[in-house]
Amino acid sequence: MNSIQKNRLKDQLFKIWGIACTLFGLVLLTVFIGDILIDGIRRIDWAFITDLPSRKAEKSGIYTALMGSIWILILTTIISFPIGVAAGVYLEEYSKKNRLSALLEINISNLAGVPSIIYGLLGLEVFVRIMSLGASVLAGALTLSLLILPIIIVATREAIKAVPKSIRDASYALGASKWQTIWNQVLPASGGGILTGVILALSRAVGETAPLIVVGALAYVPFAPSNPMDEFSVLPIQIFNWISRPQHGFIENAAAAIIILLLITFVMNGIAVYFRNKWQKKWK
Amino acid sequence: MEITMTKVKDKKSIDLDKVEQQSSTDGAKIAIKDVKVWYGDFMAIKGIDMNIKPNTVTAFIGPSGCGKSTFLRLFNRMNDYVDGFKMEGKIKLNGTNIYKKKVNVEELRKEVGMVFQKPNPFPKSIFENVAYGLKIQGIKDKKFINERVEKALKQADLWDEVKDNLKKSALALSGGQQQRLCIARTLAVEPSIILMDEPTSALDPISTAKIEDLIFELKEKYTIVIVTHNMQQASRISDYTAFFYLGELIEFDKTKTIFTNPEKQQTENYITGRFG
Ligand SMILES: Nc1ncnc2c1ncn2[C@@H]1O[C@H](COP(=O)(O)OP(=O)(O)O)[C@@H](O)[C@H]1O
Ligand SMILES: [Mg+2]
Repeated sequence: MNSIQKNRLKDQLFKIWGIACTLFGLVLLTVFIGDILIDGIRRIDWAFITDLPSRKAEKSGIYTALMGSIWILILTTIISFPIGVAAGVYLEEYSKKNRLSALLEINISNLAGVPSIIYGLLGLEVFVRIMSLGASVLAGALTLSLLILPIIIVATREAIKAVPKSIRDASYALGASKWQTIWNQVLPASGGGILTGVILALSRAVGETAPLIVVGALAYVPFAPSNPMDEFSVLPIQIFNWISRPQHGFIENAAAAIIILLLITFVMNGIAVYFRNKWQKKWK
Repeated sequence: MEITMTKVKDKKSIDLDKVEQQSSTDGAKIAIKDVKVWYGDFMAIKGIDMNIKPNTVTAFIGPSGCGKSTFLRLFNRMNDYVDGFKMEGKIKLNGTNIYKKKVNVEELRKEVGMVFQKPNPFPKSIFENVAYGLKIQGIKDKKFINERVEKALKQADLWDEVKDNLKKSALALSGGQQQRLCIARTLAVEPSIILMDEPTSALDPISTAKIEDLIFELKEKYTIVIVTHNMQQASRISDYTAFFYLGELIEFDKTKTIFTNPEKQQTENYITGRFG
């Protein structure tokens, strides 16, 4: 066997290995989703979405938890999007490259890896107690914003870095200031990447449970929140609560709620992919 | 000699003043005086003097890495953002030192336009590319902008090819068209100097010829400084040629002289292809 044949064989083996790994993930996911679908799909109807929670499984709906999740989603977006993007732009474009900024950079990457429950504890102390926001949607959204800010900042910086230098050069050479260049060229050109990052971060926030439990989100709320200071529940907590009940009906409910939650994250990821493709096309 | 009477203390500065007055009365568009550039510890330009006359084409030639781009980018202060960049000396534009603290760099760049090596249109429409320089100046008058865009595209010999598709993405144009668009974009701001850094090195021969014709036409109204790797190009389009080597200006003269009867052996070796 000469070296070309050897390399070809290695190539083949690696390909097979890769396919096997991909299949493993896919099969697991399919089995999991299939299982959930079998358990829960029959339970999903309009009433399930619009009903308030109840002690009886078959009368119970996800309305308050769904509304809580939507409130959390909107508030978290409003808080984390501008702050995260602004911080990313600052770090990438304005901060001087010195030891302090290097330290800051490492810390932000580290923050992205801190367990979410730690953020919950921080939120509990700072937002719930010190700022006395109580166990409100606002406190929850602020906590989740802290959680996903590092992700948004890193995504923003990566997207900005990907903008070719030639575009900035062209803008500066025409007499544009730094801010004009960032606003008119860099941000539009990196918008796809930034939006993708933000949406993926938000879809992570929608699925978070632990930090919200620590902040004081309730497993049972009789009403959907009507303002940022209201108490709330969210879908993952509702699911958690139902799964821990002994009656089979609640297991069905949990499966159905999982389907809804998965649907939401799939749609969000779909939107992220759409933006990325749309922007990429514009570039080519 | 009244001046000497009042400023006896500092003879040197008086001499300098005199020299400066002379160079600005020479009618130089750009007057470069003892310019040195460093990137960190590395000295990229080692003390260059040069006067560039208005409404001429000046070509910079020399082997890669000799500092042509660095020197060119001094004229619109595009090196300012480079890490470790340091500069000494004076560059006067119409008699004003552009490296003085008070100089507004954005204003300077409206006066000194630049076309780059690789066509770099913005990922926007053709129209928006040309209008960009005006829009960032805060100009909102649609009619004015339309007129300027049309004029610039005509000047850059691109109007006939794109007039029906101004809304089309600039990235859909061919390489040669993109480069002419970049020239139009620069012209729309109405600079008096245009810097070009190897503007045809990424283009095919036909597009290159078009750009060379264009440079010839533009000379009437603009002062053009062009870096080129192509000896024929330098001899075809330029009035003056500067030969650089390892950060030094070896020879600067009328293009004809440089190509037929250079003073320095190094210059001759380079243009006859014996090195570089
Ligand atoms: N941003 C930079 N940082 C450090 N050194 C640089 C930088 N740009 C250019 N140089 C160095 O300066 C010298 C001149 O470069 P340049 O002006 O690009 O030459 P040319 O355009 O003649 O090919 C080269 O040795 C190059 O390596
Ligand atoms: Mg160069």
